[in-house]
Amino acid sequence: MWDYTDKVKEHFLKPRNVGEMEDANAIGESGSLNCGDALKLFLKVNENERITDVTFMTFGCASAVASSSALTEIIKGMTLDDASKVTNDDISDYLGGLPKAKMHCSVMGQSALKKAIANYRGVQIMAKPGKLVCECFEVTDLEIIAVVKENGIKTTEIVTDYLKAGGGCGQCLDRIEEILESVNAEGKV
Amino acid sequence: MRVIYTDNNATTKVADEVLEEMLPYFGELYGNPSSMHTFGDKVDKKIKQARQRVADLINADPDEIVFTSCGTESDNSAVFSAINAFPEKKHIITSKVEHPAINKLYQHLQETKGYEVTFVPVNKKGLLDLDLLYDSMTDNTAIVSLMWANNETGVLFPIEEIAKKANEKGILFHTDAVQAAGKVSIDVKKTGVTMLSLSGHKIHAPKGVGVLYIKKGFKFSPYLIGGHQEKGRRGGTENTVSIIGLGKACELARENLPVMNTKVRELRDYLQTRLLEAIPGSSVNGDLDQRLPNTLSIGFDAVEGESILLMLDRDGICASSGSACTSGSLEPSHVLMAMKVPFKSAHGSIRFSLSHYNTKDEMDIIIKALVPVIQTLRDMSPFWKDGKVI
Repeated sequence: MWDYTDKVKEHFLKPRNVGEMEDANAIGESGSLNCGDALKLFLKVNENERITDVTFMTFGCASAVASSSALTEIIKGMTLDDASKVTNDDISDYLGGLPKAKMHCSVMGQSALKKAIANYRGVQIMAKPGKLVCECFEVTDLEIIAVVKENGIKTTEIVTDYLKAGGGCGQCLDRIEEILESVNAEGKV
Repeated sequence: MRVIYTDNNATTKVADEVLEEMLPYFGELYGNPSSMHTFGDKVDKKIKQARQRVADLINADPDEIVFTSCGTESDNSAVFSAINAFPEKKHIITSKVEHPAINKLYQHLQETKGYEVTFVPVNKKGLLDLDLLYDSMTDNTAIVSLMWANNETGVLFPIEEIAKKANEKGILFHTDAVQAAGKVSIDVKKTGVTMLSLSGHKIHAPKGVGVLYIKKGFKFSPYLIGGHQEKGRRGGTENTVSIIGLGKACELARENLPVMNTKVRELRDYLQTRLLEAIPGSSVNGDLDQRLPNTLSIGFDAVEGESILLMLDRDGICASSGSACTSGSLEPSHVLMAMKVPFKSAHGSIRFSLSHYNTKDEMDIIIKALVPVIQTLRDMSPFWKDGKVI
């Protein structure tokens, strides 16, 4: 059994702010049915760019539900500027930590939030920037570089924990290793 | 809280009769069966009885039974012995849906020892592609190893037919019968397998004991090299207590085989029918006929398995899932993927595996608990609306 904190269990069994929001004026989606988890985030943003209401719908494991629930609690009442600074670590910290292999659930939260904010601001989210590395989970090199830098990641296993990249067929593991080496080499200069 | 245990393909309760049989050998009867004195000999006699009981379950001769530490050791010993027996043959065959004890071992042999491996595919019902299997058997094939019954879906492979074909072609055949034992009738003489693996804890014996049946005449080479135990086929002092327990468990398994195919099958079918009726967007994984009587793998669209299990856990219901999230990997189980079960239901697949200890009352409790669990998760799922997947 996964080693979940009491807070994760509590947010899984009694998730806050669940459901579809009919009058949402910003929506962000992350994940897919194929990857095993997905989050759809609904925001109501007022004229001062403050999030007055937020709900979510999630398909996924306990930590995916708990991360979504935690995210909604964190951002409710925030301005979009403040919300855009919320990271996956904030979500994980709010829950007292997530198992290493479940960090991607918090990343999914951060990603859906970014998309919802972009959606509100009318920013077109183009196809993901960068080159596709992991075909199973549609992860690009730029995403890998960002997460490696932000979290000081040293191994491919940890990249998989955060982004799922490399966790499917495994064909891209060598490419991830190359990215890791080049990013970490840069850091030393 | 009352525990409802429907995870018997993972492990089973040690039967009361088995425990009772074992207890004296934990205590005053601690002798070493190899010793010259009467004290050790008492244990030796009991081990002989256990060997006979195991042999009787599968219609083997007692000399053909080697005790091991688990099913994985039995599987590994069988495969390594086969490739030692035919060092010039560099091709090995198995299926895409094996237990890791074979699957990972074959991958290891492929990656580190240069073996050419055929992983025979299965169809949507989990049934083996027999034409491909037979076509892949060549003079260069050292061993064919196939499971008798699949742990996740319960799907049965036609072991007798395959063994016959392998024997005709002079290829050594091993079967992992860990899930089949005690659930379907096994007769090694009739089947003609060269080696067969069993595990104690799947048939109400304790964990930490397994069996490798080795047909008389096969030049077996030991995996654990050491003392003369098991006639030199497996070194190491016998796990006397567990072996004695396994003997009793095999005797009980033989007696209970009819129960498995009546009462347990009826309970499984009842659970299956009621769940399919009560929960829209649910489907059974695996062939309905060629299947163990105790196993139900059922997928629920648009929800995820770990969430289902954790919610059932609140009601003391123990089951397992083929979902990625419970295993530490990210893709759904290799078995469901090999069967091309769609992602929408593969991620939400749950395995219920029953034993003769289960009751109809328990099935009703599971049905009553599961319906609202699936509903709650679907109410939360972005992929479920108005009674169907979107």
